[in-house]
Amino acid sequence: MLQVQLEIQLIAIVTAVACALPGVYLVLRRMTLMSDAISHAILPGIVLAFFLTESLSSPLLILAAAGTGVLTVVFVELLQRTKLVKEDAAIGLTFPALFSIGVILISRFAGNVHLDMDAVLLGELAYAPLNRLEIASYDLGPVSLYVMGGILMLSLVFIFVFYKELKLATFDAGLAATLGFAPALIHYGLMTLVSVTIVGAFDAVGSILVVALIAGPPATAYLMTDRLSRMLILSAVIGSVNAVSGYWLAHLFDVSIAGAIATMTLLVFGLIFLCVPNRGLIAIARRHARQRWEFAQTMLVIHLLNHEGLPEAEEESAIANLHEHLSWDPTFAHQVVRYALNNRCVLQEETQLVLTEHGRSVAQQALVQ
Amino acid sequence: MENLNILNRLDYTLMIVAVGAALLGTVSGALGTYAVLRRQSLLGDAISHAALPGIAIAFLLTGSKTPLILVLGAAIAGWLGTLLIMSVVRLTRIKYDSALGIVLSTFFGFGLVLHTLIQRTGNANQAGLDTFLFGQAATILERDVWTIGILGGIAIIITFVFWKELKLLVFDEGFAASLGFSTRALDILLTSLLVIAIVLGLQAVGAVLMSAMLVAPAVAARQWTNRLSVMMLLAGGFGALAGVSGTIISSSATRIPTGPTIVLCATVVVGFSIVFAANRGLLWDRMRQRRNRRNLKMEMDGLFKQPQQGDD
Repeated sequence: MLQVQLEIQLIAIVTAVACALPGVYLVLRRMTLMSDAISHAILPGIVLAFFLTESLSSPLLILAAAGTGVLTVVFVELLQRTKLVKEDAAIGLTFPALFSIGVILISRFAGNVHLDMDAVLLGELAYAPLNRLEIASYDLGPVSLYVMGGILMLSLVFIFVFYKELKLATFDAGLAATLGFAPALIHYGLMTLVSVTIVGAFDAVGSILVVALIAGPPATAYLMTDRLSRMLILSAVIGSVNAVSGYWLAHLFDVSIAGAIATMTLLVFGLIFLCVPNRGLIAIARRHARQRWEFAQTMLVIHLLNHEGLPEAEEESAIANLHEHLSWDPTFAHQVVRYALNNRCVLQEETQLVLTEHGRSVAQQALVQ
Repeated sequence: MENLNILNRLDYTLMIVAVGAALLGTVSGALGTYAVLRRQSLLGDAISHAALPGIAIAFLLTGSKTPLILVLGAAIAGWLGTLLIMSVVRLTRIKYDSALGIVLSTFFGFGLVLHTLIQRTGNANQAGLDTFLFGQAATILERDVWTIGILGGIAIIITFVFWKELKLLVFDEGFAASLGFSTRALDILLTSLLVIAIVLGLQAVGAVLMSAMLVAPAVAARQWTNRLSVMMLLAGGFGALAGVSGTIISSSATRIPTGPTIVLCATVVVGFSIVFAANRGLLWDRMRQRRNRRNLKMEMDGLFKQPQQGDD
């Protein structure tokens, strides 16, 4: 593996983890789309800062963009507070307007400067290692690795220090407020963190795909666990897996790395959605099927119990007649009998079905309930 | 002088673009009404982004750049994306916003992968990504205007045909279900209409800004009325207004892209409506508060002016 490849993967992993951690809280707080809004709305901030500094990697740019991000959140909340606009519409109004201002600024004034729309929207991970941090002509590695690493550190410290406050404000904002934890302050802290993260991830993945990094791994982890701490760790792991596998997918087909990471995010999400125990689609389908058989078996044993020891029992519990008495399809009746035989609820005595001890208790229990 | 200048610029091409933008604004404004009322304002954003892989696959399969084929691909992908959002919300505990965010970004990412694949094959006839993202209103031809008019007209007529069903779905889904209407079928119908409006608009304003075309006119219209029919009419009108004024403004100065200008015009309409709308608007509210306060003060004064026999 070349050093460049290693560096790209490292940047991808650090970016993915840095996005996934605050993403967990966004997913739990139902604010995922705020990240979409922020990532688009920071464009005018970036453009204006770019006019001032004429560089895409200056710290001022990151600050200005992050400031615009927080401003977006404030705008959305002000609009909501008028009670004239619902939250979703407030988001849907704010970010296209800010984004439009950014696009107009770029096409009107930046025609002769070097600010590529595609780079802003789509990012290009492959170029990330080209911009290197050099101190006294020593090559210390790619700049974006340091930027994203710093943001990841910030994220970790924030979550570590305010773990219980964040948890409380996320799951019970009312209780957090009554206990004096200032949920609004925590909310804005989190939103500032999200803005900074998005701005940092911009270079690598661009404004649209950053949403995949923020929403994908936490939502996938949400399907797998009920514990916040585990969800945080799982999100980081899933984000890293998506990043590395996405990189190699892109390498294999020679396509956009960020796009491939997003594609892997969808695939992994789909896989977990299908296969996770208890909550996955397959588990749900199997549970439904089992419940259907269980229910039919219960019907059967109740039917047998009702007629047990009575004169008509011979007629009622003959295997060949069952489907008529229970108004089932003959083949279905046959399958149910087999299922019940397997579960030792009934025994076959020549043409008759006889309840076992177990079958009798199942029927009695069902009747009691 | 200024007016004359603008009038001179109203040549044939501009006329076509303006008519196209107006039709588009009408269609997306009217259909966006439902999205806004159902609090699904951002669904349009998801659908428009999710359309990209559809366009790429349609191009890869047919090798043609005929708008109708690409639009069909976009519609299918957008529709599948929405279906995925609906089933994730229905079958898991993942909430609507996260499902939307995932579909929006990952479908788009997959589209980007396909796009780079197309670019790599060096096909000169490639579908432009910039056009998809930002639209190119200037490329609207007379043929496109007819497409927008006919398909958009059909979509709006369908909302008239299912008027009471959709109204019920929007305002009381539970009641609709209890009356025996299939809310899922109606949901899919409404989404399909939204998909039509969006893929029609992609060419003019692009994926990123399409959501604003659905949301802004409807939000503006909501401030002026409490009736669905009036709101739909107003939203269509506001959409058309934004379309025409955006086109004219962007054509009267150099290097101002049309799509973003249309969106900003729509935003201005929203801002105006929120502040000045009768009954609901902020200004109206402020005035009512002041009047109430004055009335209260007068009544209080009246009460306290009566001679009191204090016990102090």
